[in-house]
Amino acid sequence: MTVIEGYPDYMLKSIKLCEDKREKNMARPVKPMSMKAREEMLKKYHPDYMEGTKRELKVGKDKGMLLYNGIVDLLESRTVIDSKDIDLSKIDYDVDLLIIGGGGAGTVAALFAYESGVPKDRILIVTKLRHGDANSMMAQGGIQAADRQEDSPSLHYLDIYGGGHFTNKPELARALALDAPGIINWHEQLGVMYDRHEDGEFQELSGGGTCRNRMHSCKDYSGMEMMRNIRDQARNLEIPVLEFCPVAELIMDDKGQIAGGVAFNLETFEYYVIRAKATILATGGSGRLHLANYPTTNHYGATGDGLIMAYHAGANLLDLDTIQIHPTGDAYPEPLVGILSTEKIRGLGAIPLNNNGDPFVFPLEPRDVESAALIKECKEDRGIVTPTGMPGVWLDTPMIEIIHGEGTIEAKLAGEVRKFKRFGIDMAKQPILVYPTLHYQNGGVEINEKTETILPGLFAAGEVTGGVHGKNRLMGNSLLDFNVFGRRAGIYAAKYIKKAKIGKLTLNHLDKFNKMLEQANIKPKKSAPIILPEYRGEMAISRALDIF
Amino acid sequence: MTKEGQVLIEKPKESKAKNVGEKTETVEVFIMGKSYKVPAGLTIMKALEYAGYRYIRGCGCRAGFCGACSTIYRKEDEQKLGFDLACQKVVEDNMYLVQLPFVPASKAEYDIDKIVPKDSTIMGIYPEIARCVSCNTCTKSCPQDIEVMKYIQRAVRGDISKCAEISFDCIQCGLCAMRCPADIKHYHVSQLARRLRGKYLDTKSKNLASRLKEIENRKYDSEIEKLIKMDKNEIMDLYKNRKIEAEEEGEGGD
Repeated sequence: MTVIEGYPDYMLKSIKLCEDKREKNMARPVKPMSMKAREEMLKKYHPDYMEGTKRELKVGKDKGMLLYNGIVDLLESRTVIDSKDIDLSKIDYDVDLLIIGGGGAGTVAALFAYESGVPKDRILIVTKLRHGDANSMMAQGGIQAADRQEDSPSLHYLDIYGGGHFTNKPELARALALDAPGIINWHEQLGVMYDRHEDGEFQELSGGGTCRNRMHSCKDYSGMEMMRNIRDQARNLEIPVLEFCPVAELIMDDKGQIAGGVAFNLETFEYYVIRAKATILATGGSGRLHLANYPTTNHYGATGDGLIMAYHAGANLLDLDTIQIHPTGDAYPEPLVGILSTEKIRGLGAIPLNNNGDPFVFPLEPRDVESAALIKECKEDRGIVTPTGMPGVWLDTPMIEIIHGEGTIEAKLAGEVRKFKRFGIDMAKQPILVYPTLHYQNGGVEINEKTETILPGLFAAGEVTGGVHGKNRLMGNSLLDFNVFGRRAGIYAAKYIKKAKIGKLTLNHLDKFNKMLEQANIKPKKSAPIILPEYRGEMAISRALDIF
Repeated sequence: MTKEGQVLIEKPKESKAKNVGEKTETVEVFIMGKSYKVPAGLTIMKALEYAGYRYIRGCGCRAGFCGACSTIYRKEDEQKLGFDLACQKVVEDNMYLVQLPFVPASKAEYDIDKIVPKDSTIMGIYPEIARCVSCNTCTKSCPQDIEVMKYIQRAVRGDISKCAEISFDCIQCGLCAMRCPADIKHYHVSQLARRLRGKYLDTKSKNLASRLKEIENRKYDSEIEKLIKMDKNEIMDLYKNRKIEAEEEGEGGD
């Protein structure tokens, strides 16, 4: 593998076809699929419908449930902590509210818990990496909120529910749609710099599966701009944060309540016992599990820890038989494989094209359908294969400059431009090569409108939860999700704390879980949660000794 | 692994590079002074992992957004130090490199609700910006190619809006602050500027204000309740036949 500036010749030939047909392609866009056509496309080409990607879980609350193999593997592993190793009689942090995860949902929850009366020194955020290292920071395209006169929260609801194939928990979809404008307003008060027209109205684009243009953005750094503001606010309020100390297992009490967690200091290997009257699970997603062997857009710590520890304690899960593959992960050059190219690119008018420069799909189908269409095109040999064997199709970005005027890409997609420029590709002049990439954990720990799980004392918000998006999430609804449900988690946990009484701490649930594994005749080779993925070179690992 | 699902995805994953074989071109890099041969074309981050390092610090989003992996390097026989992100920069032969695990940079604490944005506001909170000697080292060290010195100068002059605009793509990696001879914490300064602009200076949306009123008056409650109670086939029809704005425009307009 050598570093090539720009595209190799054979790819340039295909690009020439895109250029020649550009005018025609723009004039005659592909129409959206019918519901039936969508269904067939998914059945044939989406990994959710492939044989062998999933199996039935043999242990615990959701025994018998069909889940992705990679998740079942972890749910059928022994607990990462052995209860005998932990001394629960010495409490290192005694707080009212423990928030596990320092991304969007966790930080928003902290701010609203504080506003709801929980004193700052009674709140503790613990996080695996740094405060703000999260998928929230990486979200590019934007956040949905129905605030234009042509739009309404009811239409937003309909999009959420239909996009989720009518499998969402309706009360959660309603909360998402109805709380959205309030969230944008809160962001304005914090100081989030949204893209606006001169009169102050938001520049709103469409996204896949949305019937109105309601995508609010901050260039293509939308998540980063939100996260920066939210985190700055938490820092100004001096809300305590423990970094590089992921919680590895939850602690319960003798009344069956969740009563905190055992945190693990990644740098000193010490554990800390954290007792809390309420715990908010905000651990995010699981892209780094590389389900179905996909590359991922997710950040380094996205290993699904929250799912696993909540399951050990008896929580139930939803919709983990689906994953969201984002249609436009980068396929070229090699160092970018799997990294996201935002849906906003299609929102601005770029169309996917095959190796002949021909369009084959409406650019803004819901993500699962769009992905399946791209996979189909490559499977049927109408894609382009890179020198490293990665398939992809073109996303004809120069169309954006024709539609909206020269300079639009630089102004609205600064991050994308910067990313490709490093490799000698000018996306304003040349298309980019894309292929679906693992992007989002649609399901997770079931919550209700108050973000309560079925376990007393355990609340959950953000990507770790299930029910909000059903079996497929639409663009712009996850930035919204962490804000809406992070806020609700903070508020409802604050309420709960007022009455909560913690009993004697215990880790019996871990022993019980390990026993269940035994009874189910599972002989786990690994333990979970895994905390971080393993990317070391094979040679280095094969020669590693564990001698000090 | 299924045959069908993965036909096209032999390689991907996080490309865990194969062991160095005869055919793979390699480069020599010096990780904190120690020599390792790694496949050419890897990013600095993947090269370190290939060599056997397992990240705790110095690795975050792996996509150029979080600023966790600021890297300082110098190529043998070169005078200049290079600054970049380990997840974005591809290794080069004879590169000596080290990553920055943490940036000590004190942030001012303020109540954004109580600040009045004036020409002197930023200077009042971060007085050290007045010490800028215009050496431009901050700009040269920015992996995002932001004109850092320029936005500090704008802040000195009290131009909050422009400071916010120029600094917008900042990923807060802290390299600027580590290099500054005047001890300015640029990325904290611009964070304040952006919040002031977003909160106080940008004109606000009237549409949003009226929608908030409607929601407060529960205008949509019954409408959504109706959708929730609707028979599955009926709501599927409604969904199927809804008018799509983007389609009618023929693009995702703005």
